[in-house]
Amino acid sequence: MEHIIRIDDLVFEYKREEQLEPVRAVNQVSLEIERGSFTAIIGRNGSGKSTLAKNINALLLPSSGAVYVKGLNTADDTKLWEIRQAAGMVFQNPDNQLVSSIVEDDVAFGPENLGIEPGEIRRRVDDSLYSVNMYEERKKAPHLLSGGQKQRIAIAGVIAMRPECIILDEPTAMLDPHGRAEVMEIIQKLHREGITIILITHFMEEAAKADRVIIMDSGRVVLDGEPAQVFLHIEEIKSLNLDVPFAVDLACRLRKRGVEIPENLITTEEMVEYIACRFK
Amino acid sequence: MQIQVRNLTHIYSEGMPYESVALEDISFDINKGEFVGVIGHTGSGKSTLIQHLNGLLKPKSGSILIDGVDITGKDVKMRDIRRKIGLVFQYPEYQLFEETVHKDVAFGPLNLGLSQEETDQRVAEAIGLVGLDYEEIANRSPFELSGGQKRRVAIAGVIAMKPEILILDEPTAGLDPKAHADILRMVERIHEVQQNSIILVSHNMGDIARLAGKVLVMDRGRLALTGTPGEVFRQADLLESLGLGLPPATYLMRELQSKGVPVSGDILTMEEAEEELYRILSGEK
Amino acid sequence: MIRDITLGQYYPGNSWVHRLDARIKIIWTFVYIVSLFLIKDFWGYIAVLVTLALIIGVSRVPLKFILKGLKPIFLIIVFTFTINMFMTKGTPLFTLGFLTITREGLYNAVFMGIRLVFLIIGSSLLTLVTKPINLTDGIEKLLSPWQRAGLPAHELAMMMTIALRFIPTLLEETDKIMKAQMARGADFESGNIMNRAKSLIPLLVPLFISAFRIAQDLAMAMEARCYRGGSHRTRMNGMKLKKKDGVACFLMLAYLALIVLQRGVW
Repeated sequence: MEHIIRIDDLVFEYKREEQLEPVRAVNQVSLEIERGSFTAIIGRNGSGKSTLAKNINALLLPSSGAVYVKGLNTADDTKLWEIRQAAGMVFQNPDNQLVSSIVEDDVAFGPENLGIEPGEIRRRVDDSLYSVNMYEERKKAPHLLSGGQKQRIAIAGVIAMRPECIILDEPTAMLDPHGRAEVMEIIQKLHREGITIILITHFMEEAAKADRVIIMDSGRVVLDGEPAQVFLHIEEIKSLNLDVPFAVDLACRLRKRGVEIPENLITTEEMVEYIACRFK
Repeated sequence: MQIQVRNLTHIYSEGMPYESVALEDISFDINKGEFVGVIGHTGSGKSTLIQHLNGLLKPKSGSILIDGVDITGKDVKMRDIRRKIGLVFQYPEYQLFEETVHKDVAFGPLNLGLSQEETDQRVAEAIGLVGLDYEEIANRSPFELSGGQKRRVAIAGVIAMKPEILILDEPTAGLDPKAHADILRMVERIHEVQQNSIILVSHNMGDIARLAGKVLVMDRGRLALTGTPGEVFRQADLLESLGLGLPPATYLMRELQSKGVPVSGDILTMEEAEEELYRILSGEK
Repeated sequence: MIRDITLGQYYPGNSWVHRLDARIKIIWTFVYIVSLFLIKDFWGYIAVLVTLALIIGVSRVPLKFILKGLKPIFLIIVFTFTINMFMTKGTPLFTLGFLTITREGLYNAVFMGIRLVFLIIGSSLLTLVTKPINLTDGIEKLLSPWQRAGLPAHELAMMMTIALRFIPTLLEETDKIMKAQMARGADFESGNIMNRAKSLIPLLVPLFISAFRIAQDLAMAMEARCYRGGSHRTRMNGMKLKKKDGVACFLMLAYLALIVLQRGVW
């Protein structure tokens, strides 16, 4: 499979105060992200996952090591706009990333920055709004929308730039369950349409929907693999002060008491299916 | 009876073209020392309701009796209400403003007119109660703390006022799983130590099921349902029609029942689910 | 509450006035404001009133909504009115202690009061019937000839776009912080001026911090969406003058002529 993103031995350091030792937010991370894949990155606050994400979008540049998007080195500032166009980013706070007071103008902001011809911008804006189910709200002011709707607009703003990869930095952290479901549905849909997704999240149920889970702690990658395999390391995950999906936790408790349950059950639906089968 | 809410009605922007009924004919009771969960999707009126309990909003009609005193009355002193009822807003860390943690936590007690001595003592107590080290943190700026610590300091600012009723509006919003669990443990400890009533607004049904003794379900400005978590979460169809979910354990059992697996529908927590599944899965062979 | 402020807000609609080119509306408003200072008696105000009534009628913005915009400036109007009433010398009408109201003073007060009200209604009408984004585009376009002389037309317009976008957010934030501090016993309403100013600290500090946080987040989000200033940038909605803009332009000239004439003739 082709890699859309390659991270080589990435170190990112920043100084809190002049005289202090620099803090290592990301510490020797090497990763490859396959084109069209859906990767979830989990970790505590301060584990370096957001910093990692911003390095992919060239919002931050490596202290050492390198990040390549579509083979372009993020440190090469002649390729900056190409990189940011290819790897779009959605942030946590739904209020603080919309630029315009009209939804459709906000979605147009990215394409306008890319210097795209007006008729084409119009088409892209309409397409993007349809694809996040927000076309009806295109004339509204963002502050009148719900958190989930605002995040969908932010996503539309990114897809209007026709990116190949979208990095979402805790897009659901500030939303209610309804908004979370809305946003997750859109993310999964975009993934099905072939866009590479990198989702940073605290919600294990969301991570369980990815096809790869990366767990970070203190700037390093601790676990990396398919969700079912990663969540098997339940003790280790809990020792990092993280959760596992409900079904994984429950299955593990039962297994400890001698009940046989296969190890690849990660969602509640799969668990229901399995137990129901056993009863038939 | 500590709180008696009777026929509470509130209208937003009355007389304007976009006027809307925010609360309609709400009545309920809360007993001393009770732990009450409030659920409902965004815009259901939860925030409006709790702001009434604190006197920040005045109802159009209806009454709120706290220890027999109607706080919607004209001559009630706000200071007396705030001494009794503490309200922690969503993302409370955004209200921090003082140079030091100590001064910030002292803001509330001093506003209540307490002496400096009494205030200092309460500040130290409150900071300890939210699980922070007073000696270490008191003279630091609140702005250089981590997100979770900031939130604790903000909550300390309210509990230093020693309210008999503590209202928390989604105190775990936006936190990582560890901070989430820590904050809830802290709420339980405050409840235990201060022997106060807690009103917890949350979207997390699992937390509500585990912690609350009574649940209020809000929908479009009305009180749709009240009862113990067991009674409320048994009404899965109703909750679903209101756009609300179930605690994960309850949801799992319900799905199993619908597939014909003979499990109890009264399961609320992980531990109960474990027992129930152990019972049916180990006994089966 | 704080959210009811309508000054500077947009009232969504699709009327003839709404659809006019923003540049025409800006120039119109400019001419209108100048005209208010050219008027020398109440006859002139009738012309203004008729013009305003026509524009408001065509725009279908409810009058109530427009008048609400006056509320926040009400104090300024009262202030202007009072100052004029007491400070103008002339024929005394009656005396209140050391204060004397003169005939001229009363005339001036009413005259200035009306001017101020018209000024506010007229300029708030511009924002009510023009999408903020079009307004800023219009300003950008109108100022762009001066760009070569070093005027940062695009940057100014972008700043206004962002300001307009975040005014409601900051108002909401203010409301939230205020309530949170009130729940901690803060009192914003009583006490003397010094105490009141002091009591604003718990509101202002968190508000500034919020504003900085928003600015930081937004700058990052804009960069991530390839924002690099005005160069390279295209616009989705290009601005083209249409026939109705010509009509509006003609009406504006007619209005201006009328006002200038009344100044000369009466």
